[in-house]
Amino acid sequence: MGKKITIEPVTRVEGHGKVTIHLDDNNNFKRSRLHIVEFRGFEKFIQGRPYWEAPVTVQRLCGICPVSHHLAAAKAMDVIVGAGTGDGLTPTGEKMRRLMHFGQVFQSHVLHFFHLASPDLLFGIDGDPAIRNVIGIAKMHKELAVQAVMMRKYGQEIIKVTAGKKIHGTGAIPGGINRHLEIHNKISLINGPDPMNIDKMIEWSLGGLDFFKNYHKDHKDVIDNFAAYPSKHLSMVRKDGALDLYHGVLRAIDSEGNKILNDVDTQDYLKHIAEEVRSWSYMKFPYLKKYGPKDGWYRVGPLARLNTVDFIPSPLAQKEFEIFQAYTDGKPNNMSMHYHWARLIEILHCAEMMKELLNDPNLMKGELVTKGKKGNEGIGVLEAPRGTLFHHYKINKDDQITMANLIVSTTNNNIPMNLAVESAAKQFISGQEKIDEGMLNAVEVGIRAYDPCLSCATHAIGKLPLQVKLYDSNNNLLDIKTKD
Amino acid sequence: MNKLPKILFYGYGNPGRQDDGVGVAFTEQISEWVKMKAWHNIDFDSNYQLNIEDADNISSYDLVIFADATQEKNISDFDIDLVKPNPEVNFTMHAVSPGFILNLCSEMKKQLPQTFLLQIKGYEWEFQQSISENAKANLQKALKFIKTILSDFLVKYKYGTVNFKTFLNQKT
Repeated sequence: MGKKITIEPVTRVEGHGKVTIHLDDNNNFKRSRLHIVEFRGFEKFIQGRPYWEAPVTVQRLCGICPVSHHLAAAKAMDVIVGAGTGDGLTPTGEKMRRLMHFGQVFQSHVLHFFHLASPDLLFGIDGDPAIRNVIGIAKMHKELAVQAVMMRKYGQEIIKVTAGKKIHGTGAIPGGINRHLEIHNKISLINGPDPMNIDKMIEWSLGGLDFFKNYHKDHKDVIDNFAAYPSKHLSMVRKDGALDLYHGVLRAIDSEGNKILNDVDTQDYLKHIAEEVRSWSYMKFPYLKKYGPKDGWYRVGPLARLNTVDFIPSPLAQKEFEIFQAYTDGKPNNMSMHYHWARLIEILHCAEMMKELLNDPNLMKGELVTKGKKGNEGIGVLEAPRGTLFHHYKINKDDQITMANLIVSTTNNNIPMNLAVESAAKQFISGQEKIDEGMLNAVEVGIRAYDPCLSCATHAIGKLPLQVKLYDSNNNLLDIKTKD
Repeated sequence: MNKLPKILFYGYGNPGRQDDGVGVAFTEQISEWVKMKAWHNIDFDSNYQLNIEDADNISSYDLVIFADATQEKNISDFDIDLVKPNPEVNFTMHAVSPGFILNLCSEMKKQLPQTFLLQIKGYEWEFQQSISENAKANLQKALKFIKTILSDFLVKYKYGTVNFKTFLNQKT
């Protein structure tokens, strides 16, 4: 009798998702799927609204990464107002946006690693679920919990001083930014009382990396082999090959490191990327056109970025990047759990770049907005915390949006997450007669490495309890477990 | 006369999703009223959702009142309850509950404020800015209730330390 196990929804990711794992009569792995079960059609909703509202309106999409959508929409609107395709802003406009973006990536990565991922490392994938969370971290590794809280808070402060407010921030506007950095904020963020200053953030970022590297030394098996599989990788890189989270060209490599998308203009993304719809999920499946839907899938996010870039333009992060690269002899790193390592290197890079920008006089004075000849179409691409984010809009003569297409980071990682589920299910569940919580968590750990935001991917709202359902091959419910 | 307690009103939700923003709307409207009263012991904050840094943010207050939208069937218009530290993790761990925040605050050895959750019933959750008429009515009831309670509480507090929980229980 075959079995079907459903995990619904996936814990510690936002929105509605469920995992089904099909076992055959001998309890061996047969098939698995990560399903997305809700979709609300944001692209339709935004049609008819004036284009200049978009950077604020898109923040309705998601309460987790509103800044990424804010900036991607603003970049698209820059093109529409004739302010260039990402490199035409004033120094103040571009640097203020970059500072906002570094704050966003910093706090998002910190939350993911310390709050969501580190409990699995510290307490084990099959550890007691009662303590396998940040409360457990706070009980047993108080210093890590304190660091997570204060680093998040620092990143939020950066967002506040650049975007204006936590909800529906208005900092980025078509063609630039609407404010300078105020002197008292600059002083406070550079030299604030311990620990709320940038040097402490850099110190703690280095500490996070040491924590991971020490853990890795003792747990190579799980970190190197868990949900590891070859893949293509895609990200935006600076024109000279540097890591650039805000602007650049699109680059993709194959699992051997050969460039398969060679630094193409982000405005041409539709020439190279398409999306496929499959009947069992509302989340689309993006792919590189020249390889087709079956073979053209790729990974995005921190691991993909460190695989595609040539170097990191900040000294401490570059040093860590060299260690990261040396681990795979300069070849692409295809180990899913190394997303965490890459994420920690990016945390350090963000901290270094925030320090550089906070000391930059351009943020305190200078023109805020660029104006040019208006067009009717704009594409904004950003490296959001979870990966490459595409915003594409067309407007009519009345300045109303007539078309919107969003490919969010989590959608780009759709197939990779499905493969992570498959890999974890094969490794932990296949051949087992009884499924325990640790095995199910193993599946989630595979997904969690990608830090998915299903809220973004589906524009869903609301929460559900965790339900685990066990079916036989005739779809008779054998068992159900619910966590409230 | 006693020094007035430090109070924080903290609304959370997404105002771009109709009634999901009713907690934020509550905080905005109560802040306007408090400004008129010139009470300087009361602060306000709002965000799309609560997160771990709020454990630090609330620790400098004596009393914290979170305001959120609810779909709870048992609540007809609004409800206010004491929040207890709760180690349970939410399933959507990019956001956390008030009880989780309080628990994290406690584990970090920070001062624990007396904390309440004001839940206001909502009905519509689409991509629109406006709150539904029914939720607006619930919001007004909640505002009226909190304004009355808060005014009485601060008067009593000046002349003898009063516990907000005890005070609330007496009034409801």
